[in-house]
Amino acid sequence: MTRPESPVPPHGASYLEAGYSLRSWLLTHDHKRIAILYTLSITFFFALGGIAAMLIRLELVTPNGTLMSAETYNKAFTFHGIVMVWFFLIPSIPATLGNFLLPLMIGARDVAFPRLNLFSWYLYMVGGLFTIAMLLLGGVDTGWTFYTPFSTMFSNTHVILAAVGVFVVGFSSIFTGINFIVTVHSMRAPGMTWYRLPLFVWSMYAVALVMVLATPVLAMTLSLIALERLFGVGIFNPALGGDPVLFEHFFWFYSHPAVYIMVLPAMGVVSELITAGVHRRIFGYKFMTWSMLAIAVIGFMVWGHHMFVSGMSTYAGVVFSVLSFIVAVPSAIKVFNWTASLYKGDIEFSAPMLYALGFIGLFLLGGLTGLFLAATALDVSLTQTYFVVAHFHYIMVGGSVMAYLGGIHFWWPKITGRLYHAGIARFAAILMFVGFNVTFFPQYILGYEGMPRRYHDYLPQYQMWNVISSAGAVVLAVSYLLPLAYLLWSLRYGPRAGDNPWQAKGLEWETPSPPPPHNFESVPLVTDGPYAYEE
Amino acid sequence: MTAALLPAASNFAGSVDALFDALLALSALVVLGVFTAMIWFCIKYRRGSGADRSNRHRRSLGVELTWTLVPFALFVGLFGWSIGLWERMRTPPADAAPVYVVAKQWMWKVQHPGGQREINTLHVPLGQPIRLLMTSQDVIHSFYVPAFRVKQDVLPGQYTQLWFIADKVGTWHLFCAEYCGTDHSRMGGSIVVMKTADYARWLEAHADVSMAQQGAALYRQLGCSGCHGAESSVHAPKLEGLYGRRVPLSDGSWVVADDRYIHDSIMLPRKQIVAGYAPIMPSFEGRIGEDDVLALIAWMKAHPAPGERDP
Amino acid sequence: MSAILPMPAAPPAEEQFDDAAQQREAATFGMWAFLATEVLFFGVLFAGYTVCRVTYPAAFAAASRSTDMLLGTIETAVLLTSSCAVALALRDLQLGGRRVAFWLLLLTAALGVSFLVLHGFEYYAEYQEGLVPSIRYTVVGPRAQHMELFYCLYYFITGFHSLHVTIGVAVLITMAVRTRRGAFSAAYSTPVELTALYWHLVDIVWIFVFPLVYLVGRSG
Repeated sequence: MTRPESPVPPHGASYLEAGYSLRSWLLTHDHKRIAILYTLSITFFFALGGIAAMLIRLELVTPNGTLMSAETYNKAFTFHGIVMVWFFLIPSIPATLGNFLLPLMIGARDVAFPRLNLFSWYLYMVGGLFTIAMLLLGGVDTGWTFYTPFSTMFSNTHVILAAVGVFVVGFSSIFTGINFIVTVHSMRAPGMTWYRLPLFVWSMYAVALVMVLATPVLAMTLSLIALERLFGVGIFNPALGGDPVLFEHFFWFYSHPAVYIMVLPAMGVVSELITAGVHRRIFGYKFMTWSMLAIAVIGFMVWGHHMFVSGMSTYAGVVFSVLSFIVAVPSAIKVFNWTASLYKGDIEFSAPMLYALGFIGLFLLGGLTGLFLAATALDVSLTQTYFVVAHFHYIMVGGSVMAYLGGIHFWWPKITGRLYHAGIARFAAILMFVGFNVTFFPQYILGYEGMPRRYHDYLPQYQMWNVISSAGAVVLAVSYLLPLAYLLWSLRYGPRAGDNPWQAKGLEWETPSPPPPHNFESVPLVTDGPYAYEE
Repeated sequence: MTAALLPAASNFAGSVDALFDALLALSALVVLGVFTAMIWFCIKYRRGSGADRSNRHRRSLGVELTWTLVPFALFVGLFGWSIGLWERMRTPPADAAPVYVVAKQWMWKVQHPGGQREINTLHVPLGQPIRLLMTSQDVIHSFYVPAFRVKQDVLPGQYTQLWFIADKVGTWHLFCAEYCGTDHSRMGGSIVVMKTADYARWLEAHADVSMAQQGAALYRQLGCSGCHGAESSVHAPKLEGLYGRRVPLSDGSWVVADDRYIHDSIMLPRKQIVAGYAPIMPSFEGRIGEDDVLALIAWMKAHPAPGERDP
Repeated sequence: MSAILPMPAAPPAEEQFDDAAQQREAATFGMWAFLATEVLFFGVLFAGYTVCRVTYPAAFAAASRSTDMLLGTIETAVLLTSSCAVALALRDLQLGGRRVAFWLLLLTAALGVSFLVLHGFEYYAEYQEGLVPSIRYTVVGPRAQHMELFYCLYYFITGFHSLHVTIGVAVLITMAVRTRRGAFSAAYSTPVELTALYWHLVDIVWIFVFPLVYLVGRSG
């Protein structure tokens, strides 16, 4: 960090000092404390999901099963998917950075429904408990996609327990979404018009819309699976007149918007990191806001692209293909706008800026491969292979996780009042970029060469790229452990942060670091647009 | 370029690879362009460089619209190209020779019309269109041949199809590409492409009771003629010439008696009742397997009504 | 009313809000957002039901005929009346009343309970007739298997709806008790407003369930 250390200004206690008991944390209404609670929980689940990933990559070093049986491997990738999707990626940025920053960025004292916010965290924890119970009782082997009739009639594992866990955490999502929508509509400070909102706020709004409308569909679909297992209902069972492809439609109707739940917040974070790192306003603000809304809306219309070879009609394939190409346009706009924002900027390469630049590169690579998959004729070859695995990891890990970490690094001084070691942080960001590419780029090649996904055994000809990928995973793991170490270290030994160590624009930087419990001494009056840096 | 990574052994492979290569080239161009711009801007406009930063963004609408509409147009072009190929891949020629595939945990059971049976292997002739008619005995599987660039999910309770023309002699990998349980990754096999003469010899060497004859045997064994036979006193639809004919149903609609219809009439007889008949057909679900159903269908295809051509 | 009571002041707005008006606007908007999620929640069931209905029209029509149209119609009338009652209760509160609102809220809850009781009679009769898959299912005949699909969906949709009615009844009784204790006034009736919105959704869902499940194809 190159900012000179400012002395701690004389003002009231920060939100961290307003009560030290466990009760003051577990019964808090303060959105900032709830954000911390979520951060701890999702870090724990990220670790669990990461351990599952390491087991998978270790197993895949050799073509035949060496470390574990096929059953265990199948449970490992199922657990990895369930935990990473529902207990890490979906809550991550909204429940941590979103909860912390949303009221601050719009000049409010808290979210609209603080008790509902706390209740959302408890729902997350209950869902998590069910998932851990499922793990301890032997796990689930259906894949995170729960395709029927395997999940309803053939799997002997704890499918219902897993379904309940995800059902409950889904409501955590829904209530967070309701909270955010109402907060953005009703609680903006005077003068904070829609077009003066930071892009991160727009991204929270867009993601809340998707959470609120898509997640109930997942909840009901999981309930139907549970019903089939318990009562043999038959809606997905062909022997009773049902249709397994109907499950796929219901499941993907939620799960495609879900991936936008995972990426929209990341896009919001990146816009904040870029503007602060470049010390200039974003290029094309209105295009950026509308492109996020377009992604949210069109994202509901493309679910069939997960099902091109499922037995769907040729015509349906045509419709979903064109819509999938169209949904790529707003994402392309964003990448170009971020790049253009660098033009004539005053760029500083802090760790957050490095994460943001890494995001743009990796999101671009992941997004372009999405075009390959949108082309039905190509998707026939590429679907269900490692090409798809690489594609979604580029977006979710190269994209969302990097943005999340970038955001954590950027707002760390605000959240904790401490500064971390800038040099190590930059090194970790670069290490992550390298480790990520070494892990996942070979998977594009493997997929193109025909290696299917969810394979415990594979043909020997695929071994070389698998070994390289697993080696990359070790580097990636180290790059995740480093921030854990130096960020925790900074809590105790890091120099104290001033109110605005990055000299960034935004209402959150006009409060002390860390902020007082009610955020602002007095209600701010907003007169400028966002990113009002000197030209 | 991409053929180096993966052999091309079917009529589709060339076209699929061309589309892939085009997308690869486009992606490389975009990545090069964006990365170059990013790196250039990062170097030129780093803090402390004396670059000129005045007049940063005056008008941006033109630029914005350009990089909205140009990608949109490119994407629509790619979509159009892909759709043409997609329709071709989904429309088997009328003279494609059928082969029947039943997937079950965790193997592929293949049957040729002449009765030749294979497990986890499929012998096909060079240069002739082959149409696979597939169903699953249990969960969803997927028939995937990377060298042919084809893949199709195989569903329980439904028939799905896949067609190709193998244009290179050799042995090519077959994978299951839809997670189906414990041994999903071991549910592989081979496609063996043979020159026409060799294939004919192979067929002859492995000929067995043809599927139609198997079907006839099943028809007798299971006592179907008890109701469907000419001398039966039970009022049941006649099966000769039924395949491919339009059938009136009790709810007033009409269906074509295709593979799915025949399958469901045997396994799920209550699903569609023929007009004018009582719903008394018993279900054979659990009593016979999917491959037996395929044999019965083959028998029905081979029995036109007296005086009719083969369907 | 015999004595004119002083108008109680609205309770202070919660600390995250600037004023009572903002709180009321946020609360109402939040309830609308929640109702949108409920629509999507039920939507999946309706979609599944529609898909099955289109696939097996004859079986579903036959199974439809076994539902009790008389009870179903009475239940519809009961719910519609109850929606009217809660709307009138809210109106009374907003005009400064208390006693009438109290009784109307209780009436709404009572009508909700009658709905559940009537539905209970339906379920009981269906159990007697052997129309409960997996528990007591004695339907035979050509369409028995597909009718079973209908019954499963019927119990799940109506059961899920009844769960929402039960929750609504509990909330209505709570609101009635709070009304009696003077928690609400012309200046502040937001919790009752939200309850009424929720209850209207429960009613509207039934307005879709009744024709789709009880009526369509019945006479065919």
